[in-house]
Amino acid sequence: MMNVQDLKALIERGLPGAYVEVRDMTGGGDHFEALVVSDRFEGKGLVERHQVVYAALGDAMREAVHALALKTLTPAQHQTRR
Amino acid sequence: MSNAIERIQSAITGNKICIFMKGTPNFPQCGFSAATVQIFEHLGVPYGTVDVLSDPEVRDQVKAYSNWPTIPQVYIDGKFVGGCDIIRELYETGELQTMVKPASGQPAAR
Repeated sequence: MMNVQDLKALIERGLPGAYVEVRDMTGGGDHFEALVVSDRFEGKGLVERHQVVYAALGDAMREAVHALALKTLTPAQHQTRR
Repeated sequence: MSNAIERIQSAITGNKICIFMKGTPNFPQCGFSAATVQIFEHLGVPYGTVDVLSDPEVRDQVKAYSNWPTIPQVYIDGKFVGGCDIIRELYETGELQTMVKPASGQPAAR
């Protein structure tokens, strides 16, 4: 079991300076949705971006989190989508 | 009896589009696997699937093989393309349609 704050903290620790939003989709503590905005995504494809986030989550991703819907944007992409 | 890595590789090389999923296209056992299959059904392109629930070794090994912690996983032309979110995003931007277009065996136009 994870909560939104733990998950957000893990991502922020792995991606310093990132803007992170996390939502628990079911309230059950295992299906989450996250928006991560970081300049570290610049020049990276989607697979690499998600891998960076998964790496930040480490064991939590393998064990506690069943599902994490991820949206990964660069600051520039985030600006244009607002 | 081949080992799990060989089974993964032969599935990837044997199918232009290869989906490692939970369950089968007709009986998906997970909403994310179901959503992924539905996108390819909608595109009307042939794809192969591997049910990781019926092959626990592959389920375990494919995560390390792709450096990806979750199922489903999609390979196109032998290349790892992503999981459910990425497939959905590529579909929405129209990129997926381009990737699946070229005739079987030819590299995807980029």
